[in-house]
Amino acid sequence: MRHTISVLVENKFGVLARISGLFSARGYNIASLAVSETMDPGISYMTIVVEAQDEKILEQIKKQLNKLIDVITVTDFTNKEHVDRELVLAKVACPLKDKAKLEVALKKYVAKIIQHKGDIAIIEAVDEQEKIKGLLEALSKFGVKELVRTGRIAVAY
Amino acid sequence: MIGAQILLECLKREGVEVMFGYPGGQVLPIFDKLYDSDIRFILVRHEQGAAHAADGYSRATGKVGVCLATSGPGATNLTTGIATAYMDSIPMIAITGQVKTFLIGNDAFQEADVTGITRPVTKHNYLVKSAKDLPQIVREAFYIASSGRPGPVLIDIPSDVQLQEAEFIWPQNVEIRGYKPTCFGHPGQIKKAIKLISDAKKPLLYIGGGIITSGAYQVLREFAEKINAPVTMTMMGLGGFPGTHKLSLGMLGMHGTAYANHATMESDLIIAVGARFDDRVTGRLDAFAPSAKVIHIDVDPSSISKNVRVDIPIVGDAKTVLEEFLEQIKKIPDTVEWLKTIDSWKKKSPLKYKDEGKIKPQYVIEQIYELTKGNAIITTEVGQNQMWACQWYKYDYPRTYISSGGLGTMGFGFPAAMGAKIGCPDKTVIDIAGDGSIQMNIQELGTCVASKINVKVVILNNGYLGMVRQWQELFYKKRYSYVNITSPDFVKLAESYGAIGIKVTRKEEVRPALEKALATDNTVFVDCHIEEEENVYPMVPAGEALNRMIEGLA
Repeated sequence: MRHTISVLVENKFGVLARISGLFSARGYNIASLAVSETMDPGISYMTIVVEAQDEKILEQIKKQLNKLIDVITVTDFTNKEHVDRELVLAKVACPLKDKAKLEVALKKYVAKIIQHKGDIAIIEAVDEQEKIKGLLEALSKFGVKELVRTGRIAVAY
Repeated sequence: MIGAQILLECLKREGVEVMFGYPGGQVLPIFDKLYDSDIRFILVRHEQGAAHAADGYSRATGKVGVCLATSGPGATNLTTGIATAYMDSIPMIAITGQVKTFLIGNDAFQEADVTGITRPVTKHNYLVKSAKDLPQIVREAFYIASSGRPGPVLIDIPSDVQLQEAEFIWPQNVEIRGYKPTCFGHPGQIKKAIKLISDAKKPLLYIGGGIITSGAYQVLREFAEKINAPVTMTMMGLGGFPGTHKLSLGMLGMHGTAYANHATMESDLIIAVGARFDDRVTGRLDAFAPSAKVIHIDVDPSSISKNVRVDIPIVGDAKTVLEEFLEQIKKIPDTVEWLKTIDSWKKKSPLKYKDEGKIKPQYVIEQIYELTKGNAIITTEVGQNQMWACQWYKYDYPRTYISSGGLGTMGFGFPAAMGAKIGCPDKTVIDIAGDGSIQMNIQELGTCVASKINVKVVILNNGYLGMVRQWQELFYKKRYSYVNITSPDFVKLAESYGAIGIKVTRKEEVRPALEKALATDNTVFVDCHIEEEENVYPMVPAGEALNRMIEGLA
């Protein structure tokens, strides 16, 4: 099962390596990882989506993260009210004459065409991962040439 | 002040009296300042020896051991020793030189990404980018190394930083927002634990290295006597409770005593303190202590419920929590029947060996025990020598048994003995070695003689890598694959270094040889030619339940 964890870390060099090293050394799988600065330049915010077969492994992941000296706090969103989003950029095969069709397909989603040149439309979408999944299915009918995703970011109430 | 001087000033303020290490190109400024320093420096013959010596010093004294090496190969040679300390939660500081800051990442001569290499085997590490950061970093490093669950911390210092001028400002206190070790156990959890203990019929204290680290020896003893519960130790816990005490069951696990393992399997309440349910202790996990509830006290939350399901987890310092236990326990469990049962196991299945034919290793260790009256510091290498040293010497005090537990590092015992002797000059320090492992850091004979470190090495010489041979005998149809090992003439070798060597081939020579070794004011190798195919028993085969011992309960 996938779990979303956020980690506040010291904004120092090598911290990302400590986090990723912890996962690889103990055989845990990272589904996605997003890192950015916070309002405090000394602190970075990581949203990590992990694959954990059971509760025990999830517990270990959290405890091991907490053990790192540069980790300030660890929050597990599993049973927490939270909002999560992912940003997607997709290059879709679509001749200009079919633009209207594409727009119809996008209507159900928080998505828009940000550039359309020749036979390629670049689409930007921001949504929950379930919705993104639906969008990608809809786009596959046109043909997705390239897909870039940020991975999930999340914030708790 | 330049960086190198700042570093030494910091070390002095942290109370460092001795360092173990080896010079090189990228630590020249530090060595130049060491020349005038009153910190004692022990020049080893290989950097791995420096790391193990600092580790042994730390284990013997409880202080933070410090080792120092140059960049690149100097640092990578330290790594095995750092990993050894990490697995056994030993406070240690490793200082390494690094190439100049502007050369980092340039594949410069003797460059290695040392903070990268040591990241998984240190509690924390630092690359120092400016001399003015040194005091803060050194203070943090010592604090991190010695608090909570201790461990090694590495400080990598580029040589230009060692030369850089900066003002020395000693930070008044250390405040790390991401690091707040828990000391006091949760009061609610302690109450629940007390109730379980009061109601138990077959309680068992299962203790590990955490008892020794936290200084809980005395309070553990009082608590065990108060609740009248038997105590079994992990290898790291030996000496955490008196081995000669009537409540002691000795070591449990793969080569534990039959009665300790049976007590574990029959117990209805396991009180684990400062131990981590390692696979060498539990045997087959799903068969471990089937009828027991488990209370687990550990300072490291990640050790709890990692391997074994725990009923009452208590995160906290072993000593602090046991003091609470001792104060709060009112209803004492009735363990009379339980202790009777255990006594019958002890009588029926004591540790034993057949004392016939060639010299038996067990006999040698018994003689060491008698001659030192249990007052020596024993270090070991890894393998059969180590297990026999666990079984046949009784450790009554903490910090008297020093061995590589978690990592199982061959070549550990000899340099660790040097460190222990430097830390405890009034103690007799003996490395119980095998002919295989002693050859892994034998170059430290040079250090011992040059620095007048008087340690004794007793080599249980069977011409084999004995533990591997034992496994090949038992589980690989006696197909002895590359376990024969030749040795130099240890007597001549010792003599060529300026130490003393004694060769022993007959049983009646054992005691006089040991007596002579102990009376000699020099490093002595006692080369005991023992029974070649003697096995360590009892033995729980890997992956079996604890009560499925070979040569276990009669």
